Amino acid sequence: MNRKPDYLAHAVLLLGVVIFIFPLWVAFAGATQSAAAINRGDISLIPRLAGLKIFITAFGFGNAAKGGVPVWHMLLVSLGMALVIAIGKIVISALSAFAIAFFRFPFRMTAFWLIFITLMLPVEVRIIPTYAVMSDFHLINSFTGLTMPLIASATATLLFRQVFLAIPDELVEAAKLDGAGPMRFFFDILLPVSAPNLAALFVILFVYGWNQYLWPLLVATNGKLDPIVLGIVQMITTDQIPQWNLVMAATILAIIPPVLVVVAMQRWFIGGLTEVDK
Amino acid sequence: MERRTLFAGWLLPAVLVAPQLAITVLFFLLPAWRAFGESVRATDAFGLNTSFVGLANFTELFQSSTYQAALVRTFVFCIAVTCLAMGFGLLLASFANRAIRGARVYRILLIWPYAIAPAIASVIFVFLLQPQIGLLTNLFGRFGLDFNYATHADQAFLLVIVIAAWKQVSYNFIFYLAGLQSVPRSVIEAATLDGARGFYRFRTMIFPLLAPTTFFLIIVNIVYAAFDTFALIFALTAGGPGTATETLVVKVYRDGILNLDIGGSAAQSIILMLIIIALTTIQFRYTGKRAG
Repeated sequence: MNRKPDYLAHAVLLLGVVIFIFPLWVAFAGATQSAAAINRGDISLIPRLAGLKIFITAFGFGNAAKGGVPVWHMLLVSLGMALVIAIGKIVISALSAFAIAFFRFPFRMTAFWLIFITLMLPVEVRIIPTYAVMSDFHLINSFTGLTMPLIASATATLLFRQVFLAIPDELVEAAKLDGAGPMRFFFDILLPVSAPNLAALFVILFVYGWNQYLWPLLVATNGKLDPIVLGIVQMITTDQIPQWNLVMAATILAIIPPVLVVVAMQRWFIGGLTEVDK
Repeated sequence: MERRTLFAGWLLPAVLVAPQLAITVLFFLLPAWRAFGESVRATDAFGLNTSFVGLANFTELFQSSTYQAALVRTFVFCIAVTCLAMGFGLLLASFANRAIRGARVYRILLIWPYAIAPAIASVIFVFLLQPQIGLLTNLFGRFGLDFNYATHADQAFLLVIVIAAWKQVSYNFIFYLAGLQSVPRSVIEAATLDGARGFYRFRTMIFPLLAPTTFFLIIVNIVYAAFDTFALIFALTAGGPGTATETLVVKVYRDGILNLDIGGSAAQSIILMLIIIALTTIQFRYTGKRAG
């Protein structure tokens, strides 16, 4: 087929790409420029090669107003938080969905609806009482407090339940005939069969964990547990004049891990997201 | 739908759901219950005595002009963000679904903003539009536009809408693209043969096929705009200037954590819960097989 290129499609898509990339490019180019030039309002769109080492310097940069905890430390907290939340959610959701789909036990549907309700109770709508509960349990300023309350997941449980319900009965019967107990069946058959869903969920939940802001704002009050997202916002709101080049370098560093996860796993992610949320 | 083949026993499944249930009860239901309790109580000015006041916190809220203003503001904000983010998502998806070179590359370049934290999106836009140093601020200034989101209420409101939509386009793009890919190729091709007629055909032939996706996305986008934009707004303007960008969620935080009005904030939390329960119910009633 010898068709001329679809110029309109390319134009529209390129425009979309530019609208997404432009703000990020300015942040990147800005990071490489001197703080003095930026504060003069003199931001060039062309990165300064000599300024590229800012991306190394930024790892050691800290916000004096919050005890000077360095960026590398905040990145580690974010990584730990994202991994614990993603893996924790997957584990407890898979287990509870397995119980609900493959067993009959008293109050099964009560358990299901209790989990379902969490969908309707995001942190944003119950800020004060949640904070009160956290401080009653002495979980303020602890890594447990930062991660554990975010591990319950109605979405993941519902997804796993749906995937598990679609497993053919024959497969379960065959496993039972072979003498496999429930946990054996769970690990040897159910999990491998659900691998694409697991991968998709991991991407979504990793991004969710990495991008938390409100929860750490409530729980991490002394700076030691600041994740990078919270740390960066505080750099521009608590300082008199932010050191923009360092802040922008830290911003780029904070964006890279979740974007990498999404791009590297995009095949599962796209298929999975539309499954998970529907 | 239920399974026919099951495993026997009740102890093992009870142990398996226990962790999820424990977290749910401790960190979701207990706080929600407390919010309910606090919403019907009031504490005196010294924080010494608390007394039962029934629905007084709620009547006070609905009579307060700042709360009414926040309700209307949140409504306008949700509509604007939803329309912008869905419109651009659909536009990009319909072009990305055409048989063009580099379609896969475009796809990656259009989905990555999904990974950006709302708070970080704001930080990037602050750098672009900071009143003194921002690159775009200076550009606008050259055209005689005095852009300062820290002092101009309407500009601040417009800016949070733009950032919230910018961040959400990818999500809609992904869903619309998935929706379009399930439309038969022949239908798509018939609808994109020519320019002006093409749009007409898109509207009459393809758009109706996307109705389930559209409906689902409307709810998701409203929930996003109403609840997930706290970080975005708070990092940019903290609700200001004045109350120009104070949506309901920002107001809960400001009243509860910053102004320590526990009863009023709890009453607001209860109202937000009712809103989200209504939205979730609509979503499951009309789109979901999820609840089974």
